[in-house]
Amino acid sequence: MSGFLGAGAAVFRRELRVALRRPAEWLQPLVFYGLIALLFPLGVAPGDPALVIFAPAIIWVGALLSALLGVERLFRSDLDDGTLEQLLLADAPLGLLVGAKLAAHWLLTAAPLIVIAPVLGYGLGLAAGPIEVLTLSLLLGTPTLIFTGGFAAALTVGAPRAGILLPILVLPMMTPAVIFGGGAVRAASAGLPPDAPLYFLAALLALSVTLLPLAASGALRNAME
Amino acid sequence: MASLCVQDLAVVRGDRTIISGLGFAVEPGEVLHLQGRNGAGKTSLLEVLCGLRQPEAGRILGQPEADQRHWLGHKNGLNPLLTPMENLEFWAGLNGLPAHGLGEALNKVGLNLRVQRNCGSLSTGQRRRAAMARLLVAPRPWWFLDEPLSGLDVDGLAIFGRLLTAHVSAGGAVVVTSHQPLPGDITGLRSLRLER
Repeated sequence: MSGFLGAGAAVFRRELRVALRRPAEWLQPLVFYGLIALLFPLGVAPGDPALVIFAPAIIWVGALLSALLGVERLFRSDLDDGTLEQLLLADAPLGLLVGAKLAAHWLLTAAPLIVIAPVLGYGLGLAAGPIEVLTLSLLLGTPTLIFTGGFAAALTVGAPRAGILLPILVLPMMTPAVIFGGGAVRAASAGLPPDAPLYFLAALLALSVTLLPLAASGALRNAME
Repeated sequence: MASLCVQDLAVVRGDRTIISGLGFAVEPGEVLHLQGRNGAGKTSLLEVLCGLRQPEAGRILGQPEADQRHWLGHKNGLNPLLTPMENLEFWAGLNGLPAHGLGEALNKVGLNLRVQRNCGSLSTGQRRRAAMARLLVAPRPWWFLDEPLSGLDVDGLAIFGRLLTAHVSAGGAVVVTSHQPLPGDITGLRSLRLER
């Protein structure tokens, strides 16, 4: 069993190493995210109070779109260079390896978004309490986004034009995270307890982190056929 | 080490049956050279034998476990952004193998360790050699090799011939596809021609 964990760790380390060689790939979602949050206020009248109301939605939709950006390439390069074959043939369970890969991808693309979210939230006029809830909701919700995206990427890895197919496939699966994430911040802004939507996010997190790697491995095995 | 026995095998790719009613056996110490024209199903058969692809019908007896077989596909399994050493480290970690002896394996296939270049900037033959180094990192009785000679120069062919000879004389078994004759002095060489 410890050997299998070592295999997961090897996948995790490799992802980070490859990402360091190509920083543009994980910086792109971050820049994109910042642009969404910075450009949105320019389209609204100066000092419009509506901006604070929309702030949670802006930040959450920004996180969702940024999560979508890199996810298509997740398994594509492994399929092209033959690494996927070696992953499939390894003794370690494929679900664990896929989980490790997605966890590394979360750390590279989503964790930076969570770090700058409080700054963007402050810029959009959110108060300290809602910002805290916003950060917590992103922490709970972004793994769901990445793991769902990873599952869709595994489903479409062998398909031509996956770039069009993937967002259509993945957006319905990602909407619950946006609904509950935005809902938690709205509740906090209104002075209500945000616990219920946060618990929903946590439940989605538990489900997606445990089940989606298994579903993704099934899809990857299928891609070889 | 048990022999690998294939009975009445059928392989389907997409909606086409490319292999049907195939039966053969491979014993330890043998090299089975799969031959046939392009599209005859050599690669698909290899994928079925090592477990990457499910057969449509038939039985495979004595199919080797994960830690008993090496797979060298026509894709090398090397990330182009990592050096051969880093790729080998990853592969060893993935398979729960110790990290020592990796440099020696790369030396044996004739790759210079001092050259720290990404696999993406290596030549086709050098990448093939880096992939071949996996065969040396872990001694495993079954080798499934898909066109292992493609891109290798004369020196590379000689190295591969030596590896193959040593493996077979130690009682290992190989199933290999190749359009070229295999190098090395192999005693248990048999060939199987796939026809449709």
